[in-house]
Amino acid sequence: MHVSYQWLKDYVEIDIDPQELAHRLTLAGLAVDVVEDLGAEIEKVVTGRILKIERHPNADKLVVCTVDVGQEETLQIVTGATNVKEGHVVPVALEGAKLAGGLQIKRSKLRGVESRGMLCSGQELGMESKLMSADMAHGILILPETVAIGLDAKEVLGLNDSVLELDLTPNRGDALNMIGVARDVAAILKKELKIPVPELTEGEEKVEELAKVDILDPELCRRYVARLVKGIKIGPSPIWLQNRLRAAGVRPISNIVDVTNYVMLELGQPLHAFDYDKLADHHIIVRRAKEDEKLVSLDGVERTLSPDMLAITDAAGPVAVAGVMGGLDSEVTDNTVNVLIEAAYFHPINVRRTSKALGLRSESSMRFEKGIDINGCLRAANRAAQLMQQLAGGTVVAGVIDNFPGPITEKTIQLRPARVNWVLGVEISRQDMLEIMQRLQFRVQEQGEDLLVTVPTFRPDITGEWDLVEEVARLYGINRIPETLPTGNSTQGARTAEQQLNWHMREVMTGCGFYEVVTYSFVHPRVFDLMNLPADSKFRNVVRLQNPLSEEQSVMRTVLVPSLLEILQRNLNRRVQNGAIFEIARVFYPVEGQPLPEEVPVLAAVAIGSTPKTWNQPARPMDFFYIKGVTEQLLESLGVINATFSRHQDPSFHPGRCAKIEVNGELLGVVGELHPNVNENYDLPGRAVAMKLDLKVLQATHRPVKQYQGLTKFPVVERDLAVLVKQEVAASEMLAIIAKAGGNLLKITDIFDVYQGTQVPEGFKSVAFSMKFQAPDRTLTDEEINDKMQRIIKSLTAQTGAELRK
Amino acid sequence: MEQRLRQLAQEALGALEGANSPEEINEVRVKYLGKKGELTQVLRGMGALSAEERPRVGQMANEVREQIEAALENRNQQAKEAEKARKLAAETLDVTLPGVPFNLGKLHPLTQVQQEIESIFLGLGFSIAEGPEIELDYYNFEALNLPKDHPARDMQDTFFINPEVLLRTHTSPVQVRTMEKTVPQVPVKIICPGRVYRRDDDATHSPMFHQVEGLVVDKHITFADLKGVLATFARQMFGPDTRTRLRPSYFPFTEPSAEVDISCVMCKGSGCRVCKGSGWLEILGSGMVHPRVLEMSGYNPEEVTGFAFGMGIERIAMLKYGIDDLRLLFDNDLRFLAQF
Repeated sequence: MHVSYQWLKDYVEIDIDPQELAHRLTLAGLAVDVVEDLGAEIEKVVTGRILKIERHPNADKLVVCTVDVGQEETLQIVTGATNVKEGHVVPVALEGAKLAGGLQIKRSKLRGVESRGMLCSGQELGMESKLMSADMAHGILILPETVAIGLDAKEVLGLNDSVLELDLTPNRGDALNMIGVARDVAAILKKELKIPVPELTEGEEKVEELAKVDILDPELCRRYVARLVKGIKIGPSPIWLQNRLRAAGVRPISNIVDVTNYVMLELGQPLHAFDYDKLADHHIIVRRAKEDEKLVSLDGVERTLSPDMLAITDAAGPVAVAGVMGGLDSEVTDNTVNVLIEAAYFHPINVRRTSKALGLRSESSMRFEKGIDINGCLRAANRAAQLMQQLAGGTVVAGVIDNFPGPITEKTIQLRPARVNWVLGVEISRQDMLEIMQRLQFRVQEQGEDLLVTVPTFRPDITGEWDLVEEVARLYGINRIPETLPTGNSTQGARTAEQQLNWHMREVMTGCGFYEVVTYSFVHPRVFDLMNLPADSKFRNVVRLQNPLSEEQSVMRTVLVPSLLEILQRNLNRRVQNGAIFEIARVFYPVEGQPLPEEVPVLAAVAIGSTPKTWNQPARPMDFFYIKGVTEQLLESLGVINATFSRHQDPSFHPGRCAKIEVNGELLGVVGELHPNVNENYDLPGRAVAMKLDLKVLQATHRPVKQYQGLTKFPVVERDLAVLVKQEVAASEMLAIIAKAGGNLLKITDIFDVYQGTQVPEGFKSVAFSMKFQAPDRTLTDEEINDKMQRIIKSLTAQTGAELRK
Repeated sequence: MEQRLRQLAQEALGALEGANSPEEINEVRVKYLGKKGELTQVLRGMGALSAEERPRVGQMANEVREQIEAALENRNQQAKEAEKARKLAAETLDVTLPGVPFNLGKLHPLTQVQQEIESIFLGLGFSIAEGPEIELDYYNFEALNLPKDHPARDMQDTFFINPEVLLRTHTSPVQVRTMEKTVPQVPVKIICPGRVYRRDDDATHSPMFHQVEGLVVDKHITFADLKGVLATFARQMFGPDTRTRLRPSYFPFTEPSAEVDISCVMCKGSGCRVCKGSGWLEILGSGMVHPRVLEMSGYNPEEVTGFAFGMGIERIAMLKYGIDDLRLLFDNDLRFLAQF
C-alpha cells in the first residue's frame, strides 16, 4: 500500500514529517519500507501557456515556442516535441531549473536560436510513465487548459508530496486503504479521525424500477449494494484525482474507473462499475458459475469458470468473477452513459481460491481475501455515486439496492487488564488500556476489573482477547516493555548423543583435511544414471516434488555422493585441482504405506587429486588407501572398535577397489574409488575416491566407554616376518591368522611392506609384517618368542599357503 | 737445562697458538709431551744434574709440563667451541620458509554459525530438538494456526510432495512435535536448528536455507522474557554493545509478534550501506505463542504461556562474515570455504 502523506492529511491532523511518521508507523506494526519524496529533485518548474509555435529557421525537427509563464515577458523556448499546440498549458523548466536525474536547465542556443528553458515531459519530472494516463504518457505533459499559468508545477502535479510505502502484514487488510491507515495514525498521534460523509442529491427515477439484484448464494455473497448513476460523460479525471491515484501507484484511466479506484483506496471497499446498458435485463444475479462457463475478463483473457467460483451474472451469463475481475463486455467504455456501481462483500476464502485457480490477483481480490468491512459497502457506493456525479456530471438515481442476507455482527471481547500485564510482563494501567482501545475506534464498557471491548467490523482480524493484547502492546510501545529472563524451574541445556556425534565427526573430518560443504537436498533424477546405478536400484525409489523449481531440483536425494561430485566438478572447472570435501545431511527413503519418508542422516566424503606438494613435502595422492585411512581414523576416534573392511561390489565404485564397512554384520558404509563411468559422467579427470557412512547405523553401534589399560614396564620384543602368498589372499585374513596364533602376548602387528614385481613369482605377493610382543608380568625369553613365531608361520602356511621369505 | 726448559715452554705455547684443529693440537701434544716428545727428551738428561740442581730442575720441569698441559687443555676447549660454532653456523635454516602443512579442512560457515548459536542457547538452558524435513501439512501449517486457505500461507511459498505432505518451510513443526511429546509437563525450552525449504530462488532467496527457531513454554513466560532472552543472545552473538529494537509484526503462530532488529554490526548504528542507512538490521522474528497453537498441542493457554522466535542462519552468517551474496554459501567454492 502506497500512502500519500498529503492525502492522508485529509483524514487526520499530522504534525510530524513523513520520515518521522514512517518511523512511528513502523514501530506500531505498520512497517514502512521506503519514504519517497516525489518531487525532491525538481526545482523551478512552473506552468506555462504556449502562445505561439514557429518553425525553427535552421532545423526541420525543432520548433520555436513563445511561452507565457506569468512573468512580464514571454519566454522563447526551442523544443523538438511534436505533441504541443498553441494554447496548451505545459510544465516549463525555467533557467536554473533542476529535473529528474539531476538534469539542470541553462539558457542555451539550439541551432542558432536562443532557448530560455524547457518544456517538460512527465518523466523529466520524475513521474513513472506506467502511472500516467494514456494521453499524458508520451511527449510533453499537457495539462488541462483550466490550470492557471505561473504556478509551481510540483504543486499542480502533486509532487510536493511524500509517499510512504507500507509493507503490510497479511492480517492488516484493514490498512489497505487511506482511512484504515489514518485510523492507526490517529491512534498513534492521539489525534481525531475525520471521515468524509458523502452527500448526494438524488434524481427522480427510482433504482428498483431500473435494476434488480438477486443473491443465489448468500454464503459466498453476504451483501450486494448497487447504485445507479445515469447520464454521465466519460472523460479524464481532474488533475488532483490523477495525482492521488498516481501517488498510490494506480494509473488513471477515466473519470468513472478512477472513481472506483479512488474509493477503494480511500475506504478499502473494492468497487466495480458496470455499463448499465450492457447488463441483460438490468438484472444482476450472484450465483456459483456453471461448469465450464466462460468469461472474457477485463484484461482480454478468456477465463473458464467452475462451480467452485462465484460469478456475477446478468440474465444472459457471467459479467464478472466475483471479487476478482470484471468482464470485458460490460466494461465502462468511452460510450458509456449509465453506470451501475457494485459494492459487495464476498467470502474471503472463496475469493482467494478463485483468484489462485485463475492465476489472477487484483487489487480487488487482495482486499476481499483479507476481509473487508461488510458495514462499509453502502458508504462506499454512496461515495462513488457522489464523486461520479461531481466529476462526470451524472444523475444519481434515487434509492439503493442493498441485498444483505448475511450480516456480520460486531464482536464484544472481554479484556482482562491483569492478563495483559501478566502476558506482557509489564504494568500498564487499566485506564491506559481503555484509552488505547478507544483511540482505535473500539467501544469500551467497564465491567468490574475488566473491559468489554466492542470491535467494529472494519477490524476482522481482531477475534479474541489475545488480539487485543497485541493492540495494547503495539500502541503502548513494545520497546517500552522491560527485558527480563524467564523465571521458573531452571533447565539444563545439552546436546543429545547423536548431536554430539555429528559435531565430533565434523571435527575429525576437518582435522583430516576435508572441507565441509552444504548442498541442496533435492537433486536431478538423472544423478542415478550418472552414478551408474542399475534400473532396479533401490536408490531410484525417491520422494518427488510436486512443484519443483526445475527438473534439476525435483527429487529428494537418496544418495549424497553425487551432490559432492558436482561440487568437485565445479571446483575443477575453476581450476581448483585438488579437493577433499564432506557433508553430513539427510537422505530420504519413501516408506510404503506411510505419508512421510524415512530420513536417514549420512556422512559422505569425496576426494580427488593429491595433498599439496610443498618445498619440503611431496604430494600425497588421495587414493583408495587415503580415504580408507581417513575412514579408519574417524571410526577409531568415534570409539567404533570392531569395524571390518572387506571387498564389496557397488555399481558406483570400481569393482576391485571398493570395501564395505561392517559392524557386527551390519552395513555401516562403503569406501572406495569411484567407478570409471562415474568419473567420466562427472567429467572428473583422474580417479576420485569416496566414502559414505550411514549415521543411523553408526549411532546404534555400541561404542564402549574407553577403559584404561595398565602400562607394563617389561620390554617389547620386535620381530619381522616376510611371506610370499598368492595375490588374492587378503591382508585382513593374514592379520587375523597372525593375531590368533600370536595369542595374548602379541600386542601389535603392522604391515610394513607389500611387494609385487620382478622379485616374486607372478600371481604372488610378498607381505612383510612387524610384530611386537610383550608380557604384563615378565621379560619374554627368546624361546617363548620363537615358539610364537613358529606357530604364526605354521598357521599362515597351513591356512593361506604362505611361504616364508628368507 | 733450565734455559732449555723455558725455551721449550715458549716453543710449545707458540706452537699451540698456531694450532686450530684438534689434530694440530694433538700434534703439539705429541711433539712436546709424547713419549718421544721434546720435554721427555730433556728430562732424560736429568741424570747428569747435581743433587742440588735435580729437585729444582725437576720441579721446574713439572711446572713446564703442567703449563703446557693446561695450555693444551685450554686450546682444546677453544677448538671444540670453535668447531661447535662452525657446525651450528653451517646448520642455519631460512626460518622464513613455510612449515610442514597439516592441511586442515574447515567447517562450512553456516555450520560454524549454527554451532555458535547453539552454544549460546545451550548456555541459557535450551535443549536442541530436531524433526523431519519432509513434513505433514498439519505440523507445518495447521497446528501453527495456519489453516488451509489462510492468506498468510502466501508468506511461505511451499514445495509440496502431495496435498498433505511438504518440505517444511520453517522449523516450527519441530516445536509442535516437541510440545505434543512434552504436554502436560513444563517447561519446554528448546531450539530447533535445521534445513528448511521455500519455493523461491533469486539473489536474496535460496530454495533451501537454514533456520534456528526457539520455543519456551512455562507457567509464566512473558513478552519481557522474550525480549530479555533475545537481547542476551544478540549481545553474545554480535558483541556486548549490541542494542536490540523490536517492531510489531505478524506471524499466525504468535501474538503479539515482533521483528527484532539489532544495531548495525558494521556502523554500530550510525547508518551505512549494510543497514541501508537505518542503523538497524533485522535478524529475527518472534512473539508470544498463539493460544490456539498451545491449545492444539494440548496445553491450556490460561495456565501456561510461551514465546517463540526464529532466525535464518544464512542471514546471520552473511552479517557476521560480511558476505554480500547469498549464493556463495551454496556454491561451495573451495577458495571461499577456505576463508572461514
